[in-house]
Amino acid sequence: MTDLLTKHSFVELGARQRTQALLDAGTYRELIDPFQRVMSPWLSRQGVVPQADDGVVIAKGSVEGLPVVIAAIEGNFQGGSLGEVGGAKIAGALELAAEDNRNGIPTRAVLLLETGGVRLQEANLGLAAIADIHAAIVDLRQYQPVIGVVAGSVGCFGGMSIAAGLCSYLVVTREARLGLNGPQVIEQEAGLDEYDSRDRPFIWSLTGGEQRFNSGLADRYVADDVAQIQQTVSALLLQGVPQQQRSRRAEFYLARLAELDATPQIEPATVRALYQGERP
Amino acid sequence: MRGLQWFNALSAGATPVQGLPDSLKVADGQLNGQSVRFIAVVTDPNNRFPRARNGEVGLLEGWGLAKAVDEAIALGDKRPLIALVDVPSQAYGRREEALGIHQALAAAADSYARARLAGHPVIALLVGKAMSGAFLAHGYQANRLIALRDPGVMVHAMGKASAARVTLRSVEELEALAASVPPMAYDIDSYASLGLLWETLTVSQIEQPTADDVARVCDCLVHAIKDIHTPDLSGRLGAANRAASSHVRQLLREQW
Repeated sequence: MTDLLTKHSFVELGARQRTQALLDAGTYRELIDPFQRVMSPWLSRQGVVPQADDGVVIAKGSVEGLPVVIAAIEGNFQGGSLGEVGGAKIAGALELAAEDNRNGIPTRAVLLLETGGVRLQEANLGLAAIADIHAAIVDLRQYQPVIGVVAGSVGCFGGMSIAAGLCSYLVVTREARLGLNGPQVIEQEAGLDEYDSRDRPFIWSLTGGEQRFNSGLADRYVADDVAQIQQTVSALLLQGVPQQQRSRRAEFYLARLAELDATPQIEPATVRALYQGERP
Repeated sequence: MRGLQWFNALSAGATPVQGLPDSLKVADGQLNGQSVRFIAVVTDPNNRFPRARNGEVGLLEGWGLAKAVDEAIALGDKRPLIALVDVPSQAYGRREEALGIHQALAAAADSYARARLAGHPVIALLVGKAMSGAFLAHGYQANRLIALRDPGVMVHAMGKASAARVTLRSVEELEALAASVPPMAYDIDSYASLGLLWETLTVSQIEQPTADDVARVCDCLVHAIKDIHTPDLSGRLGAANRAASSHVRQLLREQW
């Protein structure tokens, strides 16, 4: 009961409220806000109602006084899928943050990732935008941390799970899921025996936030609490760039995968044992 | 098999790079007197991961590509990297998801992007399928994308059956829409209209390239390498069918 009274859910907030919750009070300034009505040029002709912000919020402000840009995906619009406009908003913001750093302004970035990946109605333009986002993260990450937050409830999938894997730090909650392929697609491509998209405990046990953190594939595991997430993100922003990026540990992961008996179907505990801890 | 055929044709006489998964073909060769590294993902019927036996980009392929590119960066000579793209998809499987295939693909994208930022000219030559996560990991970080003109060369975010299921349409409805919405189409001409390709080329025998085909492609690769003057991906912007991508960037800059 105490928890209910003192905690404020982050997961229940929309993209705009999440962004406001992370920035220092009074510093939030949205770019290309919904009143500018920069919408998808591709959805209407397919009978899908577009949204005034295309499901992506870009805001500048500060965290602990540090210059930050936040890109937040609204999971409630088209499953958080990225089309041309939303994708360009994220890529463009990250590109400008990198340019800031080259001009002596230490802008950092936070990505709030609730997304199924490419918006299939804009397929190749979504995919191209995600490639741009990957490029921009790798560029900006040289100067300042890029922090990914997967809070839930959509989770982070498709090409944007690769973006999560490129972040300097990744923060997850128990509600988060992180994986390349959505459960439905795996079931469609590989069959029910391989992946039962309706078996929620099974899916969380493999791709949920707790499992990802315990397998070393996420950096912080936090409660669904606004204050805790805000403090965690602030601390990571202050920490600077990590000594070693997870996405640069090819030798480590290839060595671990070489140890795995890949013949039997895999269990969550196998992954934790394989990836966790440094061994000689 | 196109990826392998083109790899073999372009890397004739090149030195194979060892120590990588069998599903990767990597070799250091010459292009117009310049040292280059050729990289391809190929089928491996004995792949330890059963969902990655048909040329899919899976765990070993993602981390292996990262290693192959990192080693090229470590050589210090900024040699061009030529990614030969014929990838039907990422690997779809329980092992892959559990073991973090997203992280393996991130490693590959990371390495290609860092190579580009470090001044390596990175070229992707599309000779077959360039699908979704597989293409993001192997090719999409290139400075220049070149595609051969052929019905078997296609770029897309998802196979038709899955795309239909996810968007709650029949495959027939999906195909009808794809014909009228360029970013949804599966053919290379529609893709070219998005402005993402630097060049398209016609060859006489895409499955088994002739000496003339190889010479033509080599010539194009040499020109592409010479054409690269910035380490970013800005060369992909500007097409009418991708106007919103430029417009959004312009507005962001004004409001930044």
